[in-house]
Amino acid sequence: MHMADALISPAVGGTMMAATAGLAAYSIKKVQNDLDDKKIPLMGVMGAFVFAAQMINFTIPATGSSGHLGGGMLLAILLGPYAGFLTMACILLIQALFFGDGGLLAYGCNVLNLGFYTCFVAYPLIYRWITRKGLTSRRIFGASMVSAILGLQMGAFSVVLETLFSGKTELPFDTFVLLMQPIHLAIGMVEGLITAAVVTFVWKARPEILERTAAGKTLGGIPIKKVLAGILAAAIVIGGFVSWFASSDPDGLEWSLERTAGTAELEASGGVHDLLANIQSKTAFLPDYNFKTATEDETDSYAGTSVSGIAGGAFTLGLAGLTGWIIWVFKKKKAKIAQ
Amino acid sequence: MDDLARKNTSIHRLHPISKLLATIVYVIAVVSFDRYEIIGLLPFVFYPLILILLAELPVVPILKRLLMVEPLIIGIGILNPLFDPKGWITFASIMIKSGLTVTACLVLVSTTGLDKIAQALRTLKVPGIFVLQLLLTFRYLSVLIEELTRMVRAYTLRAPQQKGVRLKDGGSFAGQLLLRSLDRAERVYEAMKLRGFHGEYHAYGNSKITRKDLLYLMAWSLFFIAARTYNIPAFLGLLFEGVSRP
Repeated sequence: MHMADALISPAVGGTMMAATAGLAAYSIKKVQNDLDDKKIPLMGVMGAFVFAAQMINFTIPATGSSGHLGGGMLLAILLGPYAGFLTMACILLIQALFFGDGGLLAYGCNVLNLGFYTCFVAYPLIYRWITRKGLTSRRIFGASMVSAILGLQMGAFSVVLETLFSGKTELPFDTFVLLMQPIHLAIGMVEGLITAAVVTFVWKARPEILERTAAGKTLGGIPIKKVLAGILAAAIVIGGFVSWFASSDPDGLEWSLERTAGTAELEASGGVHDLLANIQSKTAFLPDYNFKTATEDETDSYAGTSVSGIAGGAFTLGLAGLTGWIIWVFKKKKAKIAQ
Repeated sequence: MDDLARKNTSIHRLHPISKLLATIVYVIAVVSFDRYEIIGLLPFVFYPLILILLAELPVVPILKRLLMVEPLIIGIGILNPLFDPKGWITFASIMIKSGLTVTACLVLVSTTGLDKIAQALRTLKVPGIFVLQLLLTFRYLSVLIEELTRMVRAYTLRAPQQKGVRLKDGGSFAGQLLLRSLDRAERVYEAMKLRGFHGEYHAYGNSKITRKDLLYLMAWSLFFIAARTYNIPAFLGLLFEGVSRP
């Protein structure tokens, strides 16, 4: 469920990047305070572990399909929320750079979707709450399962919101939600089962790893009140930012440009023009947001530009091909001379 | 991919910061087009094309990686035509955008390498812990994948005619890998400590930004901004029409 660059707008990407940077900075501060430098290689190895574990294909009984691990919840449980979040952020950056999975601009979205909800919401509110009376293998299993499923559900919902705010697709909200949530419920079940199984195994083999994290000794526990206050504040800030930016994203920008151009014109002519332009700008207000897709002027402009547009497009691609060919020939000659 | 970064071409020699920033400007410019744009996106083909040729990158592996991520984007994009008569335009636009941005990322990595990207991030004031962790994660990756390959081979030999690992065995399988990783982390840490590690990783090379690097960044940024602001193909098309009409 990695968001791709192609699906988001710069405004949404930028806002999420800022939120991620803030959270990462806070986590780094926490980790620096709580950790001895021994934990840094540990975090690196854990990141590589999640990477490797994602490559294991688990067969799901009775379905014939297979699933794999996401790892956000597992990292939170084994490393604690702050180190877990940072490790997830590293994994996602490598995936974005080397595998094109997610993208540079969508990086913030992905870290929030896969790292924030698991480490800072599901872990403190669900996992810690279920295991608050001490660790037993049944509690560990249930807590891992539930928190992994819910963490993924929140992440999936966040994907829906980010896509909608970006306005790059036409999917209506309800259809998208109805599509995403059930799919990710199924994925979450597998994720939950694997996470729970791994955590239980670690609990049986090396209980001290979990006990240390649970006690929040070296890795720091989070007080729940602070988390709730933090989430609330983040929601307000992000909500405010997104709605502020949403009005200045490309569609909105073009619309406002049109509008300011319209008013500039109307000052010059005045009178009836003024009135007409006024009416037009008022009627244009709504169409530009959602209904404009099929309005006349748009289809007109498409028909109008299509001939010269396609010719120009072909010409641009031809030019690109020619440039490529020239570079290629040049390089080849140079190689020959070098020989 | 990281091996490709060890080549020595004019692109590879550029300062990592200017390459990183140029990529970011490129991605933002491409992504900021609205959902019906196709023709305006075409000039952006120039950037990956020129870089791939100048840096002598092999095309096939890059295309392979591109195809690997495409299904997900097709999955979301293909639904558009169902909701909008012009959905095919949106779909095409999303596909072009994803192709361009993913290729740009892959080109960045294969001309720069993670070490130097990390160095650029460090210069851009990204905290040392994060950069260090990034490098270590990457370093351990190949080690752990080797470990995993061994485990999977052992498992498949004991479970013939079975695809993948059974979910029932998942806990102990992944858990075993985890414990091995933890032990390895311990050993690696001790080895690092003995060699004088105390929380700082010194990436090699601390080259200065030259006028060439600045020029590279400025030229591309200008081109991206121009191509974003003016619809160059439409303009060329009009020019064509003007020429062909007496």
